[in-house]
Amino acid sequence: MSRHESRGGWWFIAPWIVGFLVFTAGPMVVSLVLSFTDYSLVGQSHAVGLENYRDLWSDPRVRTSLANTFTYAAMFVPLGTAVALGLAMLLQRVGRMAGFFRTAFYLPVMTPAVAAGAMFLLLLNGQRGLVNEVLGWVGIDGPNWTTDPAWLKPSLAVVSLWTVGGSIVIYLAALHNVPRQLHEAAMLDGAGPVRRFWHITLPMISGALFFTVITHTIAAMQMFDQAYTMFYGPQQKATASDESLVYMVYLFQNAFQFFKMGFASSMAWLLFVIILLITALQFRIGNRFVYYEGESR
Amino acid sequence: MSALDESTPPAAAAASAGKDVGPGTGWGEGAPSAPSRPGPRSWSWWSPLRLALLWLATAAFVYPLVWLVSAALKPKSQVFDNRLIPSDVQWHNFVEVWRAGPVLQWLVNSVVVGLMAATTVTLSSALVAFGFAYFRFRGRGLVFGLVLSTMMLPGAVTMIPVYLIWNHLGMVDTQVPLWAQNLFGSAFYIFLLRQFFLGIPRELFEAARVDGCSYFGMFRRIALPLARPALIIVFVFELQASWSDLMKPLIYLQTESYFTMPRGLKLIVDSFALSGEYHWEIAMAATLLATLPMIMMFAFAQRHILDGIATSAKQG
Repeated sequence: MSRHESRGGWWFIAPWIVGFLVFTAGPMVVSLVLSFTDYSLVGQSHAVGLENYRDLWSDPRVRTSLANTFTYAAMFVPLGTAVALGLAMLLQRVGRMAGFFRTAFYLPVMTPAVAAGAMFLLLLNGQRGLVNEVLGWVGIDGPNWTTDPAWLKPSLAVVSLWTVGGSIVIYLAALHNVPRQLHEAAMLDGAGPVRRFWHITLPMISGALFFTVITHTIAAMQMFDQAYTMFYGPQQKATASDESLVYMVYLFQNAFQFFKMGFASSMAWLLFVIILLITALQFRIGNRFVYYEGESR
Repeated sequence: MSALDESTPPAAAAASAGKDVGPGTGWGEGAPSAPSRPGPRSWSWWSPLRLALLWLATAAFVYPLVWLVSAALKPKSQVFDNRLIPSDVQWHNFVEVWRAGPVLQWLVNSVVVGLMAATTVTLSSALVAFGFAYFRFRGRGLVFGLVLSTMMLPGAVTMIPVYLIWNHLGMVDTQVPLWAQNLFGSAFYIFLLRQFFLGIPRELFEAARVDGCSYFGMFRRIALPLARPALIIVFVFELQASWSDLMKPLIYLQTESYFTMPRGLKLIVDSFALSGEYHWEIAMAATLLATLPMIMMFAFAQRHILDGIATSAKQG
């Protein structure tokens, strides 16, 4: 490596380094410092030691919002993965129509989150919404999705489920890369479809599955747009109970509505730690099951 | 060649595999004895059921959008009647939306912010990605690891201090904070583009060097033109991300005329669907206006988007 080339390389990546220092590394330090103060944008701020972190523990709404977020993630991530995988497998081998279906399934992903939230506020209406009408056709008496406290998180999961098309596209691509010979060999050995699914298909696409589960979990922990659109706003009805309060909504309220920026910073760090722990756990589990083709990269 | 092209051949392979008798990938392809049965598999009991399920799913995914178009054109009393064709088409709803807020301005704002965000992030990420792909220098692996690690960081951690920066610069209640950070590249796109650049044969660049081409010339004359498909993917992804974003406009914009479309739509939803006289039809008309541009973009860039999604996971 020549010095000339080396210097050239640093010049090319310089924009990222500047951006990293100004908009990531610096703010991380500031955020950490703020989390030990009662900073509120206006007025004096004081160092408060660990008080914010004690409040994380004692504030019941932190606990509620965390529990809500976990519940939502626990509903959406497995369900979304299963639905997307099921549809991707159905899509295989339908020939020319596959392209059409793939496009149809992806279309909702293009819908802005606020628009999807607004639409589903009506579609999920308990009395007159389309979803409950369709459920009625098969004899199911649908719940009050958007007002019954017990159904707020499931309704968030339904909206997310509607935009699961990205995973379908990813799984479809992964499924196409499963060598046919493996299935042929297994069939000659008398393996049925179920066994072939568990022992060939699933291991072969485990990389793609792993990727989407991780990204979906991280995104689910940071769910904001739809929850805020559907259940929060200036008018904020009393009926909109804390059942729909996801973590990012509460963090946002603390930071930019109550201006408790010190406390909001400590919330952000808690979220960061939680996401790190979950991801680390997923990697631990994943390493045991995920098969990477060749020794790849 | 590059990883980005890999997603095309399997699609073609799938099309030709349709009438093949070989085993499928799992779901009820019939008994294991299927290969011995003569004739194309498309006659098995499974195919019609499979198609029926797919059409059902298609309805679930697409019909809400069709419903949206219909609801946006209905009078208030019929929004919930779930009829496909409104008995009485109310183009007037769009006039009402127009009265409710500067919707056209919001759309223009979203286009401007989106184009700024997408253009800046595409160029800056390409520049940085080329730095990582072509040049060999000490610390490269370390810095690239740092780039990747920023993808793990939740936006919430930097949100408040970054707000304080823009506040200090007097940029709050302007649209600059919605895109200016994109000038410095974005980890995911850097990653994506680097993979693409790595697929370009190094000899191409060496030859250009011999001919006296500068580093920047190599980037602009060779790397960028060859990376066009990848650049389009990045551009389209960012345009969509910017168009959808609600959080930043909520944080930074206070003046209504500066709002982007999602922020404006939230305002309309708040005042027409969540309170007041409950004019859902107006909220739906605004929702349609916010959605339509993205659907149109999808119509044009569909192949790029779908291939890009498929590739992003493969590299991840």
